[in-house]
Order: sequence, then structure tokens, then C-alpha cells
Amino acid sequence: MTPTNYPALLVLAPLVAAIVCSCASWLRKTLCYPIALVGLVVSFFSSTVLLSRIIATGEEITYYMAGWSPPFGIEYRIDLLNSVVLVAVTAIALINLLASHQEVLRDAEEKSGTFYAVYLLFITGLIGVVATGDLFNLYVLLEITSLTSYALIAMGDPDRSPMASLNYVFIGVIGASFYLLGVGYIYIMTGSLNMMDVATLLPPLHGSTAVLVAFLFCMIGVWIKMALFPMHTWLPNAYAYAPIAAARAIAPLMTKVMVYVMIRLMVTVFGYDYIFKALHLSSSVVWLAAIAIVAGGILALGQRDLKKMAAYIIVSEIGYMVGGAWLGNNTGMTGSILHIINDAIMTFALFLAMGNIAFRTKNLRFENLSGLFAKMPWSMAGFALAGLSIIGVPPTCGFFSKWYLVMGGLEAGAYHFVAALIFSSLVCAILFFRVFEICFFESAPGDAAAHDHQGHHHAEVAIEEAPVSSLISLGVVSLLVILVGVYSGTIVQTIIVPFLG
Amino acid sequence: MDIITSIKPLLAVLVSLLVIPMLVFSSSKRPNVRESWTFLAGTIKFLIIVSMVPAVLEGKQIVLTLFEIAPGADIAFRVDALGMLFALVASSLYIITAMYSMGYMRGLNEHGQTRFVSFFALAISATVGAAFSANLLTLYLFYEILSLATYPLVTHHQDQASRIAGRRYLTFILGTSIGLVLPAMIWCYHATGTLAFSPGGIFTGQLSVPAATVLLLMFLFGFAKAGIMPCHSWLPAAMVAPTPVSALLHAVAVVKVGVFSIVRVITGIFGIDFLATFDLGSLIAGIASVTIIVSSCIALSQDEFKRRLAYSTIGQLSYIVLGAALLSPKGVTGGLLHIAMHAFGKITLFFCAGAIFVATGKKYLSQMVGIGRRMPVTMIAFFIGSLSIIGLPPTGGFISKWYLVLGTLEGDQLVMLFVLLSSSMLNAAYFLPVFYKAFFCTDEEAMFEKRVDEAPMLCVVPLVITALVSFGLFFIPQPFLNLAALAVNGFFGG
Amino acid sequence: MTDFFIVVMAKYNYWLYIILMMIGLYAMIAKNNLMKKLVGMNIFQTAIILFYISIGYKIDATIPIIENAHGGGHGAGPLVIHAADYINPLPHVLMLTAIVVSVATFGVAMALAIKVYQRYQTLEEDELRMHIREK
Repeated sequence: MTPTNYPALLVLAPLVAAIVCSCASWLRKTLCYPIALVGLVVSFFSSTVLLSRIIATGEEITYYMAGWSPPFGIEYRIDLLNSVVLVAVTAIALINLLASHQEVLRDAEEKSGTFYAVYLLFITGLIGVVATGDLFNLYVLLEITSLTSYALIAMGDPDRSPMASLNYVFIGVIGASFYLLGVGYIYIMTGSLNMMDVATLLPPLHGSTAVLVAFLFCMIGVWIKMALFPMHTWLPNAYAYAPIAAARAIAPLMTKVMVYVMIRLMVTVFGYDYIFKALHLSSSVVWLAAIAIVAGGILALGQRDLKKMAAYIIVSEIGYMVGGAWLGNNTGMTGSILHIINDAIMTFALFLAMGNIAFRTKNLRFENLSGLFAKMPWSMAGFALAGLSIIGVPPTCGFFSKWYLVMGGLEAGAYHFVAALIFSSLVCAILFFRVFEICFFESAPGDAAAHDHQGHHHAEVAIEEAPVSSLISLGVVSLLVILVGVYSGTIVQTIIVPFLG
Repeated sequence: MDIITSIKPLLAVLVSLLVIPMLVFSSSKRPNVRESWTFLAGTIKFLIIVSMVPAVLEGKQIVLTLFEIAPGADIAFRVDALGMLFALVASSLYIITAMYSMGYMRGLNEHGQTRFVSFFALAISATVGAAFSANLLTLYLFYEILSLATYPLVTHHQDQASRIAGRRYLTFILGTSIGLVLPAMIWCYHATGTLAFSPGGIFTGQLSVPAATVLLLMFLFGFAKAGIMPCHSWLPAAMVAPTPVSALLHAVAVVKVGVFSIVRVITGIFGIDFLATFDLGSLIAGIASVTIIVSSCIALSQDEFKRRLAYSTIGQLSYIVLGAALLSPKGVTGGLLHIAMHAFGKITLFFCAGAIFVATGKKYLSQMVGIGRRMPVTMIAFFIGSLSIIGLPPTGGFISKWYLVLGTLEGDQLVMLFVLLSSSMLNAAYFLPVFYKAFFCTDEEAMFEKRVDEAPMLCVVPLVITALVSFGLFFIPQPFLNLAALAVNGFFGG
Repeated sequence: MTDFFIVVMAKYNYWLYIILMMIGLYAMIAKNNLMKKLVGMNIFQTAIILFYISIGYKIDATIPIIENAHGGGHGAGPLVIHAADYINPLPHVLMLTAIVVSVATFGVAMALAIKVYQRYQTLEEDELRMHIREK
């Protein structure tokens, strides 16, 4: 175990930046953005250093908070799974900060200081959830994340977002409390709150009802927080009415981090033996996941607003990851872990593009989107690429995680899951091409009836793009969508396979 | 067999891709600069591909692995005889089509020309990439990119008809590739652990006959670009596109990628022996024959010129599939050769249709009585092209049809022989009257004056070139014949 | 019957927290008024806090504060502490944090409720839903 301070730096940098930022917002608002930038850059840097160190040495890195060793102290334990998720989280947080600056200035000028402070706290919470090795510490950081996300969401559409956020509060509290309950039962049975410690203490207790209850409560709590169908009802409204700068960070990260928590609980704390041999839940969960995938797709079809459509697609994607993890084989789990990263990137790309579009159009309802390919070619190119990734077209990253998930489904004989995945690809193709059509064909469906090919002159449409910083961010993330895709083999070989052992 | 590792396949694919920023940059403000970039890219691409021909003809293969996704499934190129044949056809015709589209688009003063040439370049990149794919995953990748790149081309006019056509295009092509090919591909990988095209196929007893049949059908109908009925209706619908698009993409690139993929699957994934053992060849041949006969009959009833050509293409594509399904050396040679012969012949016909539209604005054959008086060069080229499609000497199409006929005799498949001959007669029935009416009609029937007024030079020169090539291929079918023979040697355990 | 009663009463703390949790859950879901929902949320979280505290209890144990003046001898020898004499302090510590979280959540939710009230002048959920749908 190589001692290093990076895990602490990872969490403390945005935390301290948040406090400083919040003070600065009273003094000089323009300072807040640079402070936030510094905090997130330090965090991102630490996470990349950790990732490279872990890949190089193959050992986990641990940090004992305040020097107290576990199981009494809180331990931050970074291993292969953590580090790659951390890099994704911090990268997305950083790029989002850069991309959203204009939007924040335009929409929430007087509150921008507070916005940045709350945003930093949100990222702190997320990083902490991923990095920590202590079950209760996870709850605390989870609640930090949730509280700040309630606040961020409520800064949006003044008519609808407070109520949407309030609904999210209620359901989120139920979820987090269930998780806490589960942790309580684990504590009763094992006397420890440290993840690694519990993992060694649990095997003799596999037959106990209390452990079963603990597991179920933890799982259900986490499922509520990740919006697994049918506990997803908070998500569409919350994400649709949030301000775009916040939605861009919350949508890709929040639910994926919860999937990480689920996988962490499954693989590290409770272990494969318990879940797949002692319990007989996996086939029901895979069925639930398949239903979630299909339901998300069908619900998305009925939406006339881009943000809501994206929110339901997220619900569908969560089904992918839950199903993959519960298939019971390494391929499925690989697909699920890979999809955490891929989905974070492609959802982020999607929301970045949507934010760019929203910068120029009134809102994201379908009626306002006609002719966008001509007006905003770069943003639409990014949007198209994100859409293709969600559909699962190579060489984008979405295809490769789908590949593993389908393989895992075939290996496990879960043909309903495979069918749901293929169905979801087709539905997403319909969803996105419907939008592409609207954006590509300038005139509304009604009046384009009889145009002669020869005399058909199109007015030269002026290009009105989003600000350059947003475009550059979109470009970088689009590039990532393709790069992470073609290098997915490398990612799987160096990170996921060693992790799963 | 030697294996050479070289970056040339990647370069060939990338050349037209990399030129896209240049195209966008020069845009409609400097159209001549833009067009010269296209020609430059096309020529370089063609030269790179030609430079690899000698090595391939010696029996070597040029490989390059780009990314490894999973063991046995990577993104890799492998240039062999079959791929080279296809790539040669596609890249040479790209240059000619670039010239033609200049004439066509400028003649009609079309909008969005920069977008047009950019996506055209992307489509050709994807086509060459598919030609050089070493395994099913890479092929699927380029297949999808091609589908997506051609959507803006098909819906170029951005009117209501294009919208509907585009929807049908995507439904058939994307729906089948995601719904059928993707599961089939993953099923293959799951069963065998590899996706590389290998002589003799990749299955060594992992599949039962019913499973293999289902898998085969999934591939056949999944590659809807091959136009096998009933997944064919996107082709006539896609005729709303401007003619250069129809010409290159739907006579050469898009549809040929479809049949190319099917041939690859038949020869490289299943393997000729495997199919012959389980008599699956006749299944494929049967499906292909139905498509040939039905499409030829439908072509007879079409009055719109391009639609008639579209249905003719559907039939001709199934010739290629039929050739491969015959599972005999001459038959497969004929099928592969037809890739090239049909390409040159059909593109001539499409060029003629487009030239007529540019010069006179007419789309329907009933409006084209006596057009030979006005556009004799075009109609003579049309005659040569249709001879090639029907399969009569002295055109290249005769050579491929000859091999196909020999292939049916080799395998004692007289039903197929009957199919081939009757479809040739149907082809003649829907092409020759057009020619006849164009030239030999009375003065009252003629709708045009006896004054030669061809389409712009940039349109006429390409179609003359391709007509001459169709003619010349009868005498010198190299290097296509050599490549086809080499490929067949490889498939039959040579 | 008496056996069953004994079994139930032996674990009365669990029953208590379950009942409280259900009351809280019921209020959160079924009540129409936002303030009642908030109160329900608080009850729900309090139930879990009670659960944690209750599991730390040991029979005949006292509160876990060690006073140096008492215990052992008077200045002679090291202090001997029997863990069984003191109830488990760890759940208490954990629940301090949880109480803070609960209060913070309540605060945020109240702020949101105030915003909603300022906008729509009502805290009844069905009326709110109607107002929002009209927007």
C-alpha cells in the first residue's frame, strides 16, 4: 500500500474551493469561476495521477483520514474501478465548468457565486462517494451530493423546478435512508463499517436473514437513487427543469456514480459468492432491468421535448448497467463497468450539445428545432455523434459496451435481456433520427408539398452557433466518445479485467 | 501466402476523410478549389489502391491492425483479392462520378454542394474501409458509417419526398443492421470467439444446421443494402436523390457493400464447404432467384427512368449473391466479376438518366420518345450500358454472365440456369425498347427536334468513359478477372 | 401465544422503528399538504436514527463517558474499562452526522416549499399539480 496524499487532495480540493468560493461570492463575484476552476483542475490532476499509478503498480492506494486506521478510522481506498470512474467524474466536472460559464453568466448572474459553490460541493460529494472505502462515509457524501443536487435543480425554471426538486427530495431521502438502514444491519451483524473489513467478516454469515435484509435495503436504496424503473419517476422532471449548466453535470454523473456504488457493494462488500450462489435474485433483477430498458425507450418515444427524451433515455441506460451487473458473469460485469464510463461520456456529450442548442433557441421542444443542422452545424454534429453513440453505432463508445452486454447476456442465456438491448438500439435510432429529421428539414411538415427540383432555392442560412468555449468542450468530448470507443479494448484489458480478477 | 503489414489500407481510407475539412473550408465561395480537392483526394486514393494491386496479384495479403477490442475481434484491415476488386471499382468510379456530379449539380444549380461533396467523400472512405475489412466487426463498423453518411445525400433535396424516402432508407438499412446483423455478429463471436474472415469459415462444429440456417438468414436479410427482397424497397425510394448519388452510391458503393458483405459472410464466416455440406447454398440461391425474377418483372412496369434502373439494380445484385450461392468455382467467379461489370454498366445508365434530366428536365420514359435525335452520344452510351447489364457481347457484362452460366452447369443446377436466362430476356425486355424508342421513331412521335443538344460536357464525358470501359472490359477483363480468380482459389481451399 | 408475545416484545425497538418509518412513509406519500409531507420525511429519518441508537444498547450498561476521577483505584494502576459496562458509542457518533443531514435536508426542503408557496400561494399538492399543468 503506497502512502500518498492524493486521495485526500482529490476530495479536499473542491471542498476547500467551495468554501472559498462561497466567501468570495460576497466579496467579488468574478473570483468564483477561477477558484472553481483551480479546485477542479487539482482534483482532475490527482485522479489522473492515481489512475496512472495504479495501472503502473497494480496495487490499491489507501489513505487513512486523520491517520486513524480502519476499522475505526475512515479509509479512502482507490483501486482500478475507483480510479477510472474518478477520472471520468473529475474530467466531466471540469469540462462542464468550462463549457457552462457563458450560460451561468447569462442565466444566473447574481447567483453565479452561489452556483459555483454549490456545484463544487456537488462534485466533492460525488468524488467522495467514489473514493471512499467506508460504508457510512459513503452515506454522508451521498447526502452531500443529493442536497447540493436538490439545490442545483431548483435553480432552474422558476415555475416548475422547485416542485420537481421537492419531489426529488422526498424520493431521494427514502433512497438514502434505505441505504443507511442497510448499513445499520451490516453493522449489527459484522460490527464494522469498513468495506474491506466487512467483506472478510460476511462470508460466515451468508445464511443470515439480517444480512439478506441489509443487502436488500442497500440495493433498493441505491436503485431508487439511480432511478431504476419503476423508481425513476423523479428523474425526468428533475433533469428537465434544472438549469442546463447543472443538468449537464448531474445527468451524466449522479446516476452513474450510484451504479458504481451498486457494483462496489456487489463485488467488494458482499461478493459474487453471496449474490449469485446464496441468493436467487439475479434472474428477477435481470428481468427488471430488461423491463426498465424497454419502458425507458417507450416512454421516451412519447416525449416532445429533447430534455425529457434524454432523461428517459438515461432511465433506459440504467437498465443496461443494472442488467449487466446482475447477469452473473464477468462479461456482463465488464460491460456494466465499461458502460458507466461510456454512458457518462456520451450523456455528457448529449447534454453539452443540448445546452448549446438551448443557448440559441427558446427551449428544447421539438417545434423549435427545425433547420438546426444549417444554423448550428457544429453543435448538431456533436449532438449527432452523441446520438449515434447512444444508438450503438461503431466506432463510438456506446457500441462497445453494448457488445459486452449482449455477449454477457448470451453467455448467461438471458435472451430477454439481449432482446431488450437490441430493441433499445432500434428505439433510440427512431428517437434520434426523428430529431435529426426535424433539424435537417427546414420547413415544417405541412408546407413542403410540391417543390420542383430545379427551381428549389434555399435561402442561405446564417450560422448562429453557441459560444466558442462550449463548442470546444463539445469537440473534446465528441473526440472522447470515439477514442474511448476504439480504445475500449485497452480499457477493458488494463483496468476492468484485472479488477474483476 | 505472404502477409505484408503496411499502412496503405488505412491511408486509402483516410485520404478522402482528411480532405473533408479542406472541402468545408473552401465551401461554396470557391467551388473550383473545392472540386479540385475532391479530385486530388480521389486520384491519390485510386493511386494508393492501385499500388497495392501487384502485391495482391502475387497472392500476398496486406494487413494492418488498428485497435484490438476483444480477443479475436479487432478493427483491422486486410487487403486480399476480393477486397481489392471492390476497392478498385469503387475508387475508380469515384473520380468519374466526381466529375459527373460537378456537371450535374452546377447544371441544376443545386444547393448545399459543400455538404454534398463532404458526405460523398465520407461515403467513399467508408466504402473502401469496408472493402479492406479483415473481420466482421470492422465490416460492420464501415457498413454503419456508410449508412449514416449516405442519409444526407439521399435526402439532399430536403423536401417532403426526400423526408419520406429518407425515413424508408433508414428504417430498412439501419433497422436491419441493428436488428439482425448486430445480434448475428455477436452470436458468431459468442460461438466461436473470432470474427476474422478465414478461408473455410470460422465454424468448426459449433452450430447445428437449424441454428446455422437462422444465422445465415439473419445475415442475408440483415445486410439490406444488398437489396434482397423483401428488404429492397429502400432502393427505389432512394431514387429521390440527385443522380450522382444514385449513380455512385446505389449502383456502385452502397449496394455493392451490401452484396460484398454477403459474399464475405458466405466465403469467410460460413465457408463454402460448410454451406455445401448442409446444402444451404440452394437456400440462398432460391432467395436470390426470387428477387431476380420479381424485380425484373417490376422493372418492366416502371415508367420513371431511375426507378426502372433501381429495380434492375436489385435484380443484378442478386446475380452476385446467386453466383456466390452456386458454391462452384466458376459460379463464384462470375458473381465476383459481376461486381465490377455491373458497376460500370449500371453507372453508365444512371449517368445517362441524369444527363437527360439536366438537358431536358424529363424523368419519365414515356416522355423520352425520340430523344436519340437530341442526345445521340448519351443514348449510344445507354445502349452499351444496357448490353452489359443484359449480358450480351461485346460488353463486360457478357463475361460475368458467361461465368455464371458455366457455374450453374458445373454444379448441375439447371433451375438456376433457367433463372439466369429468363432474367436476361426480361432485362432485354425492359432496356431495349427504351433504346429503340429513342432512335427509331416516326417524326410525329418524336418529342424532340433533330438538333444535337447534349448535357454539359462534364456530364457527357464521364458517361462516355464508363461506356467505353464497359465495352473494353469484354476484351480485357483484367485485372478484375485475375482478382476474382485469385479470390476464388482462396475460397476453394487453394 | 405468550411465546409469540415474548418474541415480539424482545425486539420491541425494531417494531418501534418500523412503525415510525411506516408512519413517516405514509405521510410522505399519502398526505396532500407539503408541510405534512415534510414532517413525514422527518419522522422517517428519525425512525432510522432511533434504530441505530437502539442497537447500541447493552443491558445494564451506562452512557459511554469515561471519567478519569472514578473507576479503577485512586491513582493506583491503569484504568480498567469493561466494554460491556458502556453502551456502544459508535452508533451515536454516526447518528450525530445523520441528524445533521436530516436537519439540512429539512432546511432545503423547507426552502423549496417556501419558493413553491411564493409562486403558487398554496401548499396543497393537487392544487399545485393543476397550476403547473396549466403553465
